[in-house]
Amino acid sequence: MRDRLLIYTGLLLFVALVTFPLWQGLAARGSTKGPELKLPAGRKNCVAPIPYMREAHMDLLMKWRDAKVRGQMRRFTANDGTTYNVSLTGTCLTQCHGSREQFCDRCHAFAGVPTPTCWGCHTSPPVVADAGGTS
Amino acid sequence: MKLTRKDFLRILTGTAVAAGAGTLVHAVGSDGTETSNRTATGKQRWAMVIDLQKCRRETGCTKCSAACHRAHNVPQMPDTAREVKWIWNERREHVFPYQESKYTRQTLPETLPILCNHCADPACVRVCPTKATWKREDGVVMMDYHRCIGCRYCMAACPYGSRSFNYLDPRPYVGTVNPDFPTRTAGVVEKCNFCEELLAQGRLPACVEACPQKAMLFGDLNDENSSVRLILGARFAVQRKPELGCGPSIFYLV
Repeated sequence: MRDRLLIYTGLLLFVALVTFPLWQGLAARGSTKGPELKLPAGRKNCVAPIPYMREAHMDLLMKWRDAKVRGQMRRFTANDGTTYNVSLTGTCLTQCHGSREQFCDRCHAFAGVPTPTCWGCHTSPPVVADAGGTS
Repeated sequence: MKLTRKDFLRILTGTAVAAGAGTLVHAVGSDGTETSNRTATGKQRWAMVIDLQKCRRETGCTKCSAACHRAHNVPQMPDTAREVKWIWNERREHVFPYQESKYTRQTLPETLPILCNHCADPACVRVCPTKATWKREDGVVMMDYHRCIGCRYCMAACPYGSRSFNYLDPRPYVGTVNPDFPTRTAGVVEKCNFCEELLAQGRLPACVEACPQKAMLFGDLNDENSSVRLILGARFAVQRKPELGCGPSIFYLV
């Protein structure tokens, strides 16, 4: 048992290295902040609850896409009864969130999520200083 | 009764022959000789009638294609090998080949507007491997650019050359972008959509609205009191290549 110190030091180092991603994640949660997105002036609700939109906006956009293009359903009724025109550029960006650069790209860049292919075809309103979506 | 091996085989062969004959009779009986007049399954079948007598009054007019291409962000490619078109003017001998006689030539304008025929039985829809193009209940042959993989089978299948492929990113060639309609991206096929986005608002297609001579009529073929049905009942009209059986929904009054 003369190597006890060596063995325990090695074990400790091994455990620390293996669990490094966990520590890093915990540290990052306390020390980093995502981009602050300003809520659009004069509007209280998004088309769906904000936590849902934060997590699953792409699911909703895919549903909108299929419903509109393939099912000709051009109006979307939110849970609160408000109806919206199904349109990424016309509704999401033009009416509330401003440009793609000011709203979508900032979070996607922060989270390291690749920019989706939407923008190959869909257009974005131009960047306007102090428009909805800037911090 | 004891079934011998020979009898068993005899019955089996007889049954197979009967089943085969039934299928054959059914296939021959439902031969698609009426495809050119076939109506779509839905309540409506949108169609267009182009009055060439009115159209020829405006020689060199491109207002229909200009309005369409502006409304749908169709790029103006400098290289004609890569051009993208939804509605355009084509020389009459290309539109109606084999009908060119020096005695009758004068009845047709030099160039005629042509566009997707929104066929009753579209060849492009049959060949599309991803169902990116399909026939809607109202007769519009739609494109879903999200699903198009750019294989161009539809372009090979379309007998009217109505489809264009985006060899390049079209955005730089669009000019002023209409924010109400998306552009396309490199690697997808595109074509006329019969202005389905305007039809949804109860409006007429952009080309019909733009025509200074009101030479284009748009309406429902399944409604016998529609403007297109009334004029088709009163005047002689032709379709492009009706013998192919696709059932084009664009009619030309001569």
